[in-house]
Amino acid sequence: MKISESWLREWVNPTMDTDTLVAQLTMAGLEVDGVEPVAGQFTGVVVGEVVSCEQHPNADKLRLCQVSDGSEQFQVVCGAPNVRTGLKIPFAKVGAVLPGDFKIKKAKLRQVESFGMLCSEKELGLSEANEGLMELAASAPVGSDIREYLNLNDVTIEVDLTPNRADCLSVKGIAQDVGVLTRTDLTPAGIPTVTVEHQDTLPIHLDAPEACPRFLGRIIKGIDLNRSTPLWMVERLRRSGIRAISPAVDVTNYVMLELGQPMHAYDLRTLHSAVRVRMAQSGEKLRLLDGTELELTDNSLLIADEEKALGLAGIMGGEHSGVSDDTQDIYLEVAYFQPEAIAGRARSYGLHTDASHRFERGVDFELQNSAMERATALLLEICGGSAGPISEAVSESHLPKRHHIVLRKERLAMMLGMKLDDQEVLDILTRLGLKAETIETGWQVKAPSYRFDIAIEADLIEEVARVHGYNNLPTRSALGAAALKRSHEQNLSVRNVRQRLLSEGYQEAITYSFVDPKHQSLLDPGVEALALLNPISSDLGVMRSNLWPGLVNAIAHNLNRQQTSVALFETGLSFVPHSGGLKQEAMVAGAITGTRTPISWANTKDKVDFFDVKGTVERLLDLGLGSQAFEYKPEKHAALHPGQSAQIRLNNEPVGWIGLIHPQAQKAMGIKQPIYVFELQLQAVLKQALPHYQGLSKYPEVQRDLAFTVKKGVNAANITSLIRSKAGEYLLDLRIFDLYQGEGIDPQRKSIALGLTWQHPSRTLNDEEINSWMTAIIDSLEQEVGAQLRG
Amino acid sequence: MDNLQALLEAALAAVSGAEELQQLDQVRVQYLGKKGELTSLLKNLGHLSPEERPKAGALINEAKTQVADAIQTKKAALETAALEKKLSESSVDVTMPGRGQATGGLHPITRSLERIEDIFKSAGYDVAEGPEVEDDFHNFEALNIPGHHPARAMHDTFYFDPTTLLRTHTSPVQVRVMENQKPPIRIICPGRVYRCDSDLTHTPMFHQVEGLVVDEGISMADLKGTVAEFLQGFYEVEDLQVRFRPSYFPFTEPSAEIDMQCVICLGDGCRVCKQSGWLEIGGCGMVHPNVFQAVGIDSEKYTGFAFGMGVERMTMLRYGVNDLRIFFENDLKFLRQFH
Repeated sequence: MKISESWLREWVNPTMDTDTLVAQLTMAGLEVDGVEPVAGQFTGVVVGEVVSCEQHPNADKLRLCQVSDGSEQFQVVCGAPNVRTGLKIPFAKVGAVLPGDFKIKKAKLRQVESFGMLCSEKELGLSEANEGLMELAASAPVGSDIREYLNLNDVTIEVDLTPNRADCLSVKGIAQDVGVLTRTDLTPAGIPTVTVEHQDTLPIHLDAPEACPRFLGRIIKGIDLNRSTPLWMVERLRRSGIRAISPAVDVTNYVMLELGQPMHAYDLRTLHSAVRVRMAQSGEKLRLLDGTELELTDNSLLIADEEKALGLAGIMGGEHSGVSDDTQDIYLEVAYFQPEAIAGRARSYGLHTDASHRFERGVDFELQNSAMERATALLLEICGGSAGPISEAVSESHLPKRHHIVLRKERLAMMLGMKLDDQEVLDILTRLGLKAETIETGWQVKAPSYRFDIAIEADLIEEVARVHGYNNLPTRSALGAAALKRSHEQNLSVRNVRQRLLSEGYQEAITYSFVDPKHQSLLDPGVEALALLNPISSDLGVMRSNLWPGLVNAIAHNLNRQQTSVALFETGLSFVPHSGGLKQEAMVAGAITGTRTPISWANTKDKVDFFDVKGTVERLLDLGLGSQAFEYKPEKHAALHPGQSAQIRLNNEPVGWIGLIHPQAQKAMGIKQPIYVFELQLQAVLKQALPHYQGLSKYPEVQRDLAFTVKKGVNAANITSLIRSKAGEYLLDLRIFDLYQGEGIDPQRKSIALGLTWQHPSRTLNDEEINSWMTAIIDSLEQEVGAQLRG
Repeated sequence: MDNLQALLEAALAAVSGAEELQQLDQVRVQYLGKKGELTSLLKNLGHLSPEERPKAGALINEAKTQVADAIQTKKAALETAALEKKLSESSVDVTMPGRGQATGGLHPITRSLERIEDIFKSAGYDVAEGPEVEDDFHNFEALNIPGHHPARAMHDTFYFDPTTLLRTHTSPVQVRVMENQKPPIRIICPGRVYRCDSDLTHTPMFHQVEGLVVDEGISMADLKGTVAEFLQGFYEVEDLQVRFRPSYFPFTEPSAEIDMQCVICLGDGCRVCKQSGWLEIGGCGMVHPNVFQAVGIDSEKYTGFAFGMGVERMTMLRYGVNDLRIFFENDLKFLRQFH
């Protein structure tokens, strides 16, 4: 909402300067976004009159004018198309300074001397209009300073209103609030009743009284819309950001700005027999004033006559029924539409108008009559004509109720943290226009018809606090909870996970939860990802079903910027649709590419491989249940290399994946080097078993080594589980200490060496026992996996 | 016995001349060994008269001790020298960089979130989280934002279907906590939120942290104190000024915008605060009775406050980051500045 300060001060004039006034508005919740001068900085410009106007002797497009400043005449060369004898214009005399520090000097244009300049609106910083000279009213006093004449020593105050303060979408409304805040009385502006000069009316039918409970119409005949809107009105509209169009439109806009009531003018010729306010039929068509062709939905309220739709109620009039230059008789509409009947409708048609903005937030439902009188008076003053009677259709029972609310002293004091003086509270309520009555427990008030945001006690508490000033209320130090909290030892914090990955050399990333559908299907082909109806762009169109697309993209970003080694991790939700709905699960994922360690004299230049990532995952899982609790099952994942991927399982349930991004997917994402990834359900990582003490054995450990070859397809987990099953209950440790394939052994086979350690808790193990376990192990390895013992 | 002195001098000279431990040992054997020259003198004492023997014996033993001491001293010296030589050969350039893995660092947003959580946890708050794909009820309806409420236009919501959306704030987490937990409630809700808006100063995903306190007798004074102390703690400015401007949120009444003194210029006026000395940092208010009603909490018995702030903005102000979008590019050159 933009209004000029001088207009506001006409309504309420507190004794404070602009800065103080603006600061008070902001601190009362009417946030002032900007204060702009209504014109550029200039001096020396007066009202001039073109006394004569001739062709420039040496230039086709220039005119040679004699311009009067009331006491003298000056020869001025002017190129504006609208310059003509008798025109009154802003005249910048020699010595004037125009915006941009442009000094007007005596000049010669095509060998003819020119003393000064005739100005357009743009040249004075009034608007962008540069079509020609600014035309002043014929009554403008020649010679007077233009700043004085146009009252340009004024500012436009732009107030950024919250949706609850519909009452402040007018000069009157803001003035009311200023009055309350500054304890200043408003300058009363009586609206006189216009004399009715004819009796023509149209019947009004409220077919949808729940949407439109009040509708006023009036016929004004014999108006002349070719007259121009007075400059003062044009200026006020301009200062509120509205361009003057024609007197009928300008007057309705002016009344809307002044009082907050949107209204509409129809050409009476286009209306047939009656006005009907009804819901649209589904599919009904309407062409709006701005040329938009709409196909309506049946939740839209229409103004119609007996034959057709005239306009979209509270949003925009129709093209067919609008006023034009040759309109002589108009029909003025002033209505109250329920916010619920208008809200969302404009947006659903891609529209947003000053009218819809106000109606969907709430227009004073007792304002219609005075707005009609005010608009009629202005219109008659500008365009002549004669007014008929106001016809009003109203459904009282559908009008909003004015709430009676009790404000309890005790509740007020409790919520504010202090007790306010009763007299101050009463004064605030009264100035707000709430009819307040003191009762035993506090005050009983009746909300005014223009405050849609005051319905319950909390609303009154806010109003009192707001006017008293939030910053004048007490502040109490934040109190902590009285009870000590439990420490949940079996649930690790995600912070532990992050710290572990940081020490593994992974950098934390945060990527968008929505990703490119192409990347999503490359990196999780089995899942139909959840798609957004209205993505910000097509490459952020679906919700990630795993965390790899974001990480792989971040790697690509860095590889494209001269990084060669990148390790990133992220924690966050994955979104996996399934038959029962959507699974939103917290995950931790990582991606790594390049060398194992930073390039350094002390490090190898080896590239990362599967076992680097696996090592990281093992150490990550060691945080919680311990990596021994998890199983790595060779499984295929469509996004991963078929021979370098594993499903990670806990208690036979899949909890994650690890592997090398499939070379085709990697290539399709435009990445030139291999990327290893992992992803785990965060919950599986965060679980932790409570440590349980076991006594230390005093008896010696017995160690044996075992080396054999097996076919390459036999995996280590098979071998170790086989060994464990045959090694008796005192096996303390089993580790693979060597893996060899290549020269010296069958190319189909690999050689594996393991170290086994036994220990008994309460005695020394003897050779016979160990030998019997070793024999059992070797037998089963030979039989089950075709192991051949090596010498 | 005349040659004892000569022998002693020769032995001491040999000790002194030894350059290696082995050589020194040979000297020891030569003079002090079983058949050593000094030892032999003792064996020859028998040739002397019984009167002379003790005196001569004492002299020989004294000479032996002298040589043995000299050998000991020399040995220590040679050992020290040998060790020094060895150490000097195995010295390294300690200014060369060390071996092994580099460490990663937290994303600056996480860094801020962890600090925020620490501050509130120390006052007994719990951290609550919730789904990011939300339903209309928890994101809007329960927060007193019905279907066509103009406030919905302020939210630029991402939809999956007419009633499923990406949460536009973390307030639905507050709703879920209040549905499941009776007061007293003290929580903060950090997390990702989404709005359909993307330009230089907006990203379609960002982070919020919201706080909620519900108990008997909670007032605006508590709200003001908590918000101010939090900001003072986060920015580590003892007397950071915080002010509250009336505003509107459907889920709080009264509602306020939170302004804090500019942490860049401390109120003097600078480019960041547009010379005003103040920065908008969040919104807050007293929980609206309709919200309590939606979750089944008695608004006569309990009152509460809630506040919310943008973590990106807080982080930008904390570390002087002037580009919002860089947070989600995950450029290592940016991320490593927060190690």
